[in-house]
Amino acid sequence: MSTLEYITLPWEVLGVGALWLILMAFFVALPCSQMGSFLILRRMALTGDAISHSVFPGVVIAFFITGDLASPWLIVGAGLAGLASTVIIELIHKWTRVKQDAATGISFTALFALGVVLMEVLLGKNVDLDLECVLHGRLGLLLEEDQVALFGMLVPVPVLVMAGVSAFTMLLMGLFCRVMMLSSFDADLAASYGYRPAVIHYSMMFVVSFIVVAAFQAVGAILVIALLILPGAAAYLCTYRLKVMLMIAALHALLSAVGGLYLHVWFNSNMAASVVVSGGVLFLLAWLLGPVDGVVWKWLKAEHSALEESSDEDGNS
Amino acid sequence: MFGEMSVLASVMDILIPGSGSGKAIMAAVLLGAGCGLLGCFVVLRRVALMGDAVSHAVLPGVVAGLIYSSERSPGIIFLFAAVAGLLGAGLVRLMMMSTRLKSDAALGIVLATFFAFGIMWQSRNQQDTVGVMNFLFGNIGSIDASDLRMMLVTTSILVVTMFFLRRPLLLLSFDEGFSRGLGYPVKILNGVFYFLLTFSVVVALQAVGVVLVSAMLITPAAAAYLLTDRFERMMILSVVFGVVSGITGGLVSAEVNGLPTGPVIAISATVLFGVIYLFAPRHGVLSKVMRTLRRRMRVRRENTLKAIYQIHEGEGFAHEEVSVLMLARKRGQTEENVSKDCKALLSRGFIEMAEDGVSLHLSRLGWKRAMEIVRNHRLWELYLTNEADYAEDHVHEDAEKIEHILEPGIVRQLEQHLDFPELDPHGKPIPQPAHLVAQSTVTI
Repeated sequence: MSTLEYITLPWEVLGVGALWLILMAFFVALPCSQMGSFLILRRMALTGDAISHSVFPGVVIAFFITGDLASPWLIVGAGLAGLASTVIIELIHKWTRVKQDAATGISFTALFALGVVLMEVLLGKNVDLDLECVLHGRLGLLLEEDQVALFGMLVPVPVLVMAGVSAFTMLLMGLFCRVMMLSSFDADLAASYGYRPAVIHYSMMFVVSFIVVAAFQAVGAILVIALLILPGAAAYLCTYRLKVMLMIAALHALLSAVGGLYLHVWFNSNMAASVVVSGGVLFLLAWLLGPVDGVVWKWLKAEHSALEESSDEDGNS
Repeated sequence: MFGEMSVLASVMDILIPGSGSGKAIMAAVLLGAGCGLLGCFVVLRRVALMGDAVSHAVLPGVVAGLIYSSERSPGIIFLFAAVAGLLGAGLVRLMMMSTRLKSDAALGIVLATFFAFGIMWQSRNQQDTVGVMNFLFGNIGSIDASDLRMMLVTTSILVVTMFFLRRPLLLLSFDEGFSRGLGYPVKILNGVFYFLLTFSVVVALQAVGVVLVSAMLITPAAAAYLLTDRFERMMILSVVFGVVSGITGGLVSAEVNGLPTGPVIAISATVLFGVIYLFAPRHGVLSKVMRTLRRRMRVRRENTLKAIYQIHEGEGFAHEEVSVLMLARKRGQTEENVSKDCKALLSRGFIEMAEDGVSLHLSRLGWKRAMEIVRNHRLWELYLTNEADYAEDHVHEDAEKIEHILEPGIVRQLEQHLDFPELDPHGKPIPQPAHLVAQSTVTI
């Protein structure tokens, strides 16, 4: 196969389906990338991890009651479970000498385990929500989902739903970006302007839970964390400016969606995992070549200054 | 050499039980020992989430092992898994050293990317990796004799290394700078620590699964941490909790069809932790609440005693009796509340009630304690004004708190330091409980 064939391969194999897959992956990754950037800045990346594990029992119970994976009650259940995990963490580390990290570990492993057990006990061998879905997500099954006609094209329903979630998150970001920025860098100053830190914290956690639930079906419980952290972390290595960071994070989300599709088709591998792996590769590039933190530039600079030093010494002697 | 090896192998074969449940129990014991021991260091070093990252990072190794060993040889799987875990731990450290990213982001990136890579690799080789679910969510029933042999070897290495290195590793957990000062090779020890951490994750893999191994690393050790202050005991307890939750999880998941072992083990460990969280004798929540309540009651009793003393003092010690009504007025509380306080004092022998039930007087014990409290209060006020340059009108609040907790030794030091004062900064006399004997003979 020539290079060109590698590039056109997905479009030949999947046709317009390739577009839906890319759009779906992008609409899942975009809101995650924006909220995740703030999680990175607030050093709460692992809170994202904890939330993505601990919303699971809430999702299972809500699904058991409603029997519908698209039901808004899933978000309520997930929000409550996420809240429960923060409460458990606080209960453990405020009341005993067990520190925050261990408390976090205890809380989210317990809730995740509870979710798996509930799923097996309540749902049995349900086709819509099983261990496969928790690990792999249903992104790869996108082209088999229901479709609706829109502007003369058949669009898979989940793409529309996630487009809505994305738009909603971006709207929130547009409205509250300044507040979140202020409170992320200087919580005291934000508080003095009347933005209560606790309110901001819990609203952010709620939005993260909401996004996690929306992304949960597509990429599974564990890979969500990658979509939350990778774009923000890669962007963080490229710039000192928040606005630029958010834009780079969004670009990272888009590129990993495209890259994910290619990996998916080239290697015939799971789509959700492929998106994350391509995001990981992009992060690696940022780590090596990022304008701010790129290891290569640092290394070259060190080499350069070492050379200068030695030439200085030569000149002096 | 080969003879020795075969002797070792046959010794191991004797150790490995034949029955299925025997194998499961032995797996649980090894799991508890491996994770329990290392978990103690994980909890003390506050690297709980590093354990989580390493445990997810071993997945690509497991997948590689499943693909490249034709008959699913546990040795190869464990080797690849250990390499992947170490690589993950190394990347986290490297990322933290070379960028502005903090540990949380570095851990999250390694955890998620390695895990995704494992899933991606597994999804394109599904026929070779049929058993991968056992490694993801654990299945204690799938552990056979060769797996057990591997677990036994790994756990033995772990336990022996831990035994010889427990002091330096413990020191390292508490104070890295100090152990460097003592001349320990801190870098090598850190390397050994992450090596052992990966090993313990690998031991637990088949029983608990990649996703929930970190529960076995954190929860039993955290439960043990609430029960004891001694590290050796913590290690033993942590191992016991690990074994108990391993066995419980194994048994329950064998009963219920299709239930993976890992989540059940994690839940039993959490239930154990919950019980200890509530009922641990010193660090448990209930005992803490009880302690706080008891202290609050004592402070209340002592404040009532003090009020009685102050009423007497206000009257120039002219009367022997004080009425409940006077006391209520002095304390600013209702009569019912005060009579409740009086009952508490009565049952402890601090006061004696008259037959009418409204007037009371201090017993000798009550006089002594009341004088002590008032003395503590006034001594402290004096100390604050004289030695700490507090304004006279700012010292009362502080003294109100400290009067209940000053020990006799400190009181003696204060008295000596202030040269046995007789008056407090407000000009009131500081009572001398030591003179009580003389005084009481006069009053009685």
